[in-house]
Amino acid sequence: MSVNRPSPHDSARLHVTGAARYVDDIPTPAGCLHLAFGQSTEAHGTITAMDLSAVRAADGVIAVLAAADLPFENDVSPSTHDEPLLATDTVHYVGQPIFLVVATSHTAARKAATLAKVDYSPLPPIFTIEEAMAADSRFEEGPRIYSRGDAQSAIGNSPHRAEGVIDMGGQEHFYLEGQAALALPQDDGDVVVHSSTQHPSEIQHKVADALGLPMHGVKVEVRRMGGGFGGKESQGNALAVSCAIAASMTGKPCKMRYDRDDDMVITGKRHDFRISYEVGFDDDGRVRGIDFIHYTRCGWAQDLSLPVADRAMLHADNAYLLENVRIESHRLRTNTQSATAFRGFGGPQGLVGVERVMDQIAHQLGLDPLEVRKVNYYAEMESPDGGPSAKTKQVTPYGQEVSDFILHGLTSDLATGCDYAARRAAVAAWNAENPVLKRGLAMTPVKFGISFTLTHLNQAGALVHVYQDGSVALNHGGTEMGQGLYQKVAQVAASTFGISLDQVRLTATDTSKVPNTSATAASSGSDLNGMAVLTACEAVRDRMAEHLASVRQTTASAVLFEGGVVRVGGDTLTFPAAAKECYEGRVSLSATGFYKTPDIQWDRIKGEGRPFYYFAYGAACSEVVVDTLTGEYRILRTDILHDAGRSLNPALDIGQIEGGFVQGAGWLTTEELVWDDQGRLRTHAPSTYKIPAASDRPQVFNVALYESDNPEATIHRSKAVGEPPFCLGVSVLMALSDAVAFCGTAYPALAAPATPERVLAAVQRVRGLA
Amino acid sequence: MKTTFLLNGETVTAEIPPTETLLDWLRLTQHLTGTKEGCNEGDCGACTVMVQDDQGIRALNACILFLPQIAGKAIRTVEGIRADDGTLHPVQQEMVEKHGSQCGFCTPGFIASMATAHATGVTDFNDQLAGNLCRCTGYAPIIRAAEAAASAPVPEWVAADKAALTTLPNAALPTSGDELAAILTAQPNTRIIAGGTDVGLWVTKQMRDLGPVVFLHACDDLKQISINDDQMYVGAGVTIETLREAIAPHYPSFAEMLRRYGSTQVRSAATLGGNIANGSPIGDSPPALIALGATLHLRHGDTRRTLPLEDFFIEYGQQDCAQGEFVEGVAIPLAAKGLKVYKISKRFDQDISALCGAFNISVSDGAVTTARIAFGGMAGTPKRASHLETALIGQPWTTETITAAHDALAQDFSPLSDMRASADYRLTVARNLLTRYFAESQGTLTSVLEVQP
Repeated sequence: MSVNRPSPHDSARLHVTGAARYVDDIPTPAGCLHLAFGQSTEAHGTITAMDLSAVRAADGVIAVLAAADLPFENDVSPSTHDEPLLATDTVHYVGQPIFLVVATSHTAARKAATLAKVDYSPLPPIFTIEEAMAADSRFEEGPRIYSRGDAQSAIGNSPHRAEGVIDMGGQEHFYLEGQAALALPQDDGDVVVHSSTQHPSEIQHKVADALGLPMHGVKVEVRRMGGGFGGKESQGNALAVSCAIAASMTGKPCKMRYDRDDDMVITGKRHDFRISYEVGFDDDGRVRGIDFIHYTRCGWAQDLSLPVADRAMLHADNAYLLENVRIESHRLRTNTQSATAFRGFGGPQGLVGVERVMDQIAHQLGLDPLEVRKVNYYAEMESPDGGPSAKTKQVTPYGQEVSDFILHGLTSDLATGCDYAARRAAVAAWNAENPVLKRGLAMTPVKFGISFTLTHLNQAGALVHVYQDGSVALNHGGTEMGQGLYQKVAQVAASTFGISLDQVRLTATDTSKVPNTSATAASSGSDLNGMAVLTACEAVRDRMAEHLASVRQTTASAVLFEGGVVRVGGDTLTFPAAAKECYEGRVSLSATGFYKTPDIQWDRIKGEGRPFYYFAYGAACSEVVVDTLTGEYRILRTDILHDAGRSLNPALDIGQIEGGFVQGAGWLTTEELVWDDQGRLRTHAPSTYKIPAASDRPQVFNVALYESDNPEATIHRSKAVGEPPFCLGVSVLMALSDAVAFCGTAYPALAAPATPERVLAAVQRVRGLA
Repeated sequence: MKTTFLLNGETVTAEIPPTETLLDWLRLTQHLTGTKEGCNEGDCGACTVMVQDDQGIRALNACILFLPQIAGKAIRTVEGIRADDGTLHPVQQEMVEKHGSQCGFCTPGFIASMATAHATGVTDFNDQLAGNLCRCTGYAPIIRAAEAAASAPVPEWVAADKAALTTLPNAALPTSGDELAAILTAQPNTRIIAGGTDVGLWVTKQMRDLGPVVFLHACDDLKQISINDDQMYVGAGVTIETLREAIAPHYPSFAEMLRRYGSTQVRSAATLGGNIANGSPIGDSPPALIALGATLHLRHGDTRRTLPLEDFFIEYGQQDCAQGEFVEGVAIPLAAKGLKVYKISKRFDQDISALCGAFNISVSDGAVTTARIAFGGMAGTPKRASHLETALIGQPWTTETITAAHDALAQDFSPLSDMRASADYRLTVARNLLTRYFAESQGTLTSVLEVQP
């Protein structure tokens, strides 16, 4: 079996030799033109005059397009047609594309794009949560509210109460490969688009609309991305559409890639959130009632903000049974980049809210935060060996039954494995001896819901060919952004045919091979596409078995595909020989496969239903040391135990967990987005926006998989692994809070990102100095 | 301009404008697309290449490396790191086996940095790879790969490249301070390019036409380090990496700060002269040098002059340097045993300082005898904290003195708020760094970098 093996990434050898090709590396036909956007310098205003003569006159410029020059739809929104490719008369943020330069080189286009003279009549901008709330500047008619039980009465009747607020910043994706697209004009007005996108079908759709073509006139191909993380779910639309329009107008190949600074200024980021809360609890920290208010800055256009904010609400409980709960969510429209998908899709933000509450309850009661977390956990799933189990039906705040909870066992294993209790005592002892430096230790869990909450997206298609030489070509709707999806899917196919991985070739994702695909997002890639590929492979395999069996007067069910051979009626054929025999027997060796996730249904307005097929779980324990004079800190050690079900590929899954954790820790520590009072993003390059570097990973970093089959019938009983481990970075924020709490008696109330400056502010707060 | 060098073992000559970057030349002209553009400003390392010359082997960022800077050197891109027969370099093999690549876009740069470290035998991989950002893996498997490959033999092509260097023609570049002075006298508006780690961004980000330029990296006399009379003289063309190694035995704290200056790639290109002459208020070497009482050597044609380094910085964007005049070197006193240099930034490695404080305090018989203290990031220039110095000199070396002296800093500095830190944070931490200096002198553990798990 190829599944469950730690095979390296299918492109690893290409990566290390520089031979893996990304969009900007594709050799272009002669005469390729290059594109760049002219950008708004105002956060909000009306364009009163736009003089593009200097742009047109610049070296190498072939054409300059403004909104009025666009042939059909001027829209690149993934949701509600509120996002023009080029601004019409009003600009909504600094960096908004207002015109498009087509030139003979990337540099010529960039240079020319700076030469426009644009006059604006300023309108009042809205930047902050306060400004947006005061102006009622929002998406949807009012806040969404999900509730269960009676939060306010329960809080009122509780022996203890607490309240507070936590701000958490957004996050730049910082995919190492910036956004890029290349359009090649074809016969009869058709176009082929190479795009660095997680969502080829949407690129196809938007390009078709922009060119006035049916979707069959547009083919989108994606071999790989240099990272996506959600930032290439919708943000590639503008480049692909621009290239297609320019290619259509000029008849030349057209390429566009953002310079890094442009990428950071133009594209959306993770939603920043403020979560205020009020909670009532018992002496042991058990929550009786809790009330959250979420405020999120969505930026100027709707993009994917509604499902992001929904998912934040759906993770307000994280791992905790909240019987009396109310969650109110405000989706605010601001004059900033349109916030978009980013690994976790709102889930991490919602989860940080309740983790802060657990930490604060523990501080108020003087209890170990892990004990408070455990007392609030959902009950463990029924286990066949008579372990602890859920005695009664337990549901989330949105009414979904939690029947697969495994965090009691997982937490216990992790706490034992990382020596949690003894190290907590050691931290306290060390801190008593050290006046300047303080250590902190915290363990936090994650329970993450798996499925697109927009239910119809939970479908996937695949195409499998077995050639007469026994080689297998696969195609599916998922895209490869580094997560190893292609390799996992190839493992599924190789296992189905009983052949080795080198006999299977994954071909670039292509809208002309598999149509109507969903974005590779929501951690769903291998769940959906793995199943679709399995279905397709089984169809071909069953036809082969049927034919081979009938020739040998045996039954198809007696045919075995294993170890590179086919055993049938006493014969042993190599797989290539079997394929050749089937071909000569006129058997169709090609099939499509299709999968849709069963059993899910969801009403996002009521906040009721089963949005998720299952939950993925994990926990992390992090230890930090903080300098109370400067707020500087280091992560000394992190131990992680994570649930990937029966892992399709343990090496790739551990890679997702390690990488997700570090990215999550980065979000909550050094990655700070700063806008000035004119709405200009000041952190628009890696010189000023600081993602973790090598030494920022934990000095000791132990990551293991928790052995546990998915109770649901997912692909080989595995679980999705893209987003859930991102949430384990929260253990670092809570460990920092723990360290700061040693400085005095007040609660640190540490905001995120916990830059050294915010950590120092919390130290001063705890010491009563601020 | 004609530039001849070795590219992946072959002698090549490029004839292009002097401010075209190696990265653009590789990708656009040679169609060697393995080397990636990640940020085009030298901060992500996706464009890293290995560069060998008579000084040794270094990793450099190709995105801010102008072609004349590699004249006469041997370049290896990711395409030229495996053997001719296709056998992977040990770092490539281990990156595959340890799952060190996910999306793969940063990988070519990591491979170039790792192959460089492998060839030079250094194993401080967190530092060697601090200039290579990866957004997928969390770095752990990459470091595992670097460690696993460390003991494997160095491929033969490394020595072959070195041997072939002698076959390359000399570049048409000034080779001495005299020649440089003559060029600048003849055309005073000529832009000097040393490491190019700052000026490179004027081209790649501001898209400026630099006008006439002159490269000084072939001026060997500007790269000298000499010690006499308790002074170290460091030529303007000395790289930060070379300075770090030279200064470490004398001022370990200064060297430790320089370990965090930029990244390996940046330190191996950037020069001390450039760090001073560009006049940045957040350059990291001036505060330490000012605290040490360093003397700046300037040259204009055949005229030379010296001045205390702090006097060079007049105000933001204005230095005491005439057109056509250039920084020749810096003389650094070596007697200050109490020097501590503290760099404060959001991220430890490869980050621009929010502030950088340098404390040169001597205590005798329990009292402060001398104090030279300078900060970067606290004003429009690197600047001495003269009120603070006055508040300390002659006072007993006690907590009370430290506390009492804190307020003097507010007289010295009114820092700005920006994306790196607020004014309040800067001022508070500046005070606290004095507290840290004192606590350290009392044997208290103050650095999170020294704490083990």
